[in-house]
Amino acid sequence: MKQLVVLSGKGGTGKTTVTAALAHLAFQDLSTDLAHPRTHDQRPLVLADADVDAANLELVLDPTRQEEHKFMGGQVAIIDPEKCTTCGICADVCRFEAAMPGDEAYRVDALACEGCASCFYQCPEEAIRMEEQHAGMWFCSDTRFGPLFHAHLFAAQENSGKLVTLVKQHARLRALDTGAALVLVDGPPGIGCPVISASSGMDLALHVVEPTVSGVHDLERIMGTTDHFGIPSLVAINKADLNPARADDIAAFCAERGVEVVGRIPYEDVVTKAMVQGHPVTEYTNGPVTEALRDIWEGIKERTLADRTDALEEVTR
Amino acid sequence: MKIAVASGKGGTGKTTVAVSLLLSVANLPDAERPTQLTFLDCDVEAPNAHLFLHPEINTRETVGIQVPEIDADTCTHCGTCAKVCVYHAIAVLGTQVLTFPQLCHGCGSCSLNCPTGAINEVLNVIGTIERGSAGPIEFAQGTMNVGEPMAVPIISQLKQWTIPPDASNGPGGTANDRPVILDASPGTACPVVESMRGADFVLMVTEPTPFGLHDLRLAVEVARDELGLPVGVVVNRDGVGDQGVDDYCQAEDIPILMRIPLDRRIAEAYSDGETLVETLPEYRAQFKNLYAAIERMVADKKGKHAQ
Repeated sequence: MKQLVVLSGKGGTGKTTVTAALAHLAFQDLSTDLAHPRTHDQRPLVLADADVDAANLELVLDPTRQEEHKFMGGQVAIIDPEKCTTCGICADVCRFEAAMPGDEAYRVDALACEGCASCFYQCPEEAIRMEEQHAGMWFCSDTRFGPLFHAHLFAAQENSGKLVTLVKQHARLRALDTGAALVLVDGPPGIGCPVISASSGMDLALHVVEPTVSGVHDLERIMGTTDHFGIPSLVAINKADLNPARADDIAAFCAERGVEVVGRIPYEDVVTKAMVQGHPVTEYTNGPVTEALRDIWEGIKERTLADRTDALEEVTR
Repeated sequence: MKIAVASGKGGTGKTTVAVSLLLSVANLPDAERPTQLTFLDCDVEAPNAHLFLHPEINTRETVGIQVPEIDADTCTHCGTCAKVCVYHAIAVLGTQVLTFPQLCHGCGSCSLNCPTGAINEVLNVIGTIERGSAGPIEFAQGTMNVGEPMAVPIISQLKQWTIPPDASNGPGGTANDRPVILDASPGTACPVVESMRGADFVLMVTEPTPFGLHDLRLAVEVARDELGLPVGVVVNRDGVGDQGVDDYCQAEDIPILMRIPLDRRIAEAYSDGETLVETLPEYRAQFKNLYAAIERMVADKKGKHAQ
């Protein structure tokens, strides 16, 4: 079993569009694997949406929810106004400007509180308790391409990295249970904590980049991040014809770093049209966008599942 | 007046709008131009505004958090530090104390609780804050070091060091009004909350697609419902998708303050680092109107508070 995460430093470069298309293509490809006929419970693919604060993969996969679970996030300090003597020690020790004088007693701004419990330990009146927060939900759903693990972090909650890890762990366990060949993870934007959580343990990262000044700048940062954690990279250039010269610059930059560019997706309205209709673009059209995405899938397959294909050929022979 | 520019979904045009908005205000005639214009790039994971504003950077400071350093001579290996650390950033194994700076939030609880005073706090650098200017605009950005997980401390330092203390005073288009634009990161988690906290207004840039709408709802939940801030929407790439964003804004009584049609010229200019108002100067007037509309909404909100 191999795990692939789709990333981009900059947001909105097409991670989810690419992930949904890869889910469709991988499902088609791996399901026609006649040497290993599969039942519904043994589909070749498990999906995970690791963008837990703005999860969009479900919008194009039409999932049927099968399980939902509460996610308990970090703690928040709560001051008992009856016990508070307004000594102010909590505010003195709080480094997040969360504890402050209120009307009669001190109070804690839950949005600023990092749950460190420093005030809890220092309050001489024992007026502070720490309360675990119901910070979100996580789900297991069924889609036409395989099970999807996804989540919703409630507004302004912390610990997105922890929730990402949870979603990924469940996807991986399902894949191991059912003998799936691939776990496909739609990553969050940026390079920080949720991205690091989404990347950990992955066999390969596919960076979706657009040929813009920002895209190039952020590719360097995200590739630096995955390199730092020892995860091999592939690159797909989205909207490549928007600025062909800059797309070539990206290709040159990748070549210099020994990273393969596995495809160039043209800039076309059909991508948005497919999204509005709620379909992966490869299901919606057979045009140049789909052709480019097929190339990308082939590139990924070669890099991740090659050993397995060899093994299959052995079996077939 | 502090205006945070956010979106939920990435790549909807936050930086495009934030940069062009401030450039349009900077372009006002002297009598109308605010005395001070500040741009803060709070997307410390992927800061891009500098690629469009080309600021001249004149100060560069590192930013970090205070992490524990254990003095082996005074440490009695009692394990209190590990017990009080909710982030599991300290482990005591026999006579060894291990610290994990990347898990540490710098709360200082370990050193406050150490019975022998064996913990010193030392700065663990996680990023940089750069300040400079781009013409009349004072510019600052935070950049998180690659491999670091925590963006919030950098954003909070960036705000603390660069926002004029009286930035929220004087809404209503007077000369002492000092606009500060905070360009936030995508998403709705802690870095976005930190960028919005303390703002007077949140400008949501979205695109009229199912992804845009889905994430706009979440961003509004944070800005309006959790933080109680007034919000307004800019619809970018108008005409590309469906009616969802319009219907939502109408139902929720959120004003759509500006529309930027889908135009390949804008996308191409962006790809080369050109700003919208440089490429298509006819947008300047619209951005000035957008700024005036925001000023009015902020003044209204303050008026209501005063009553």
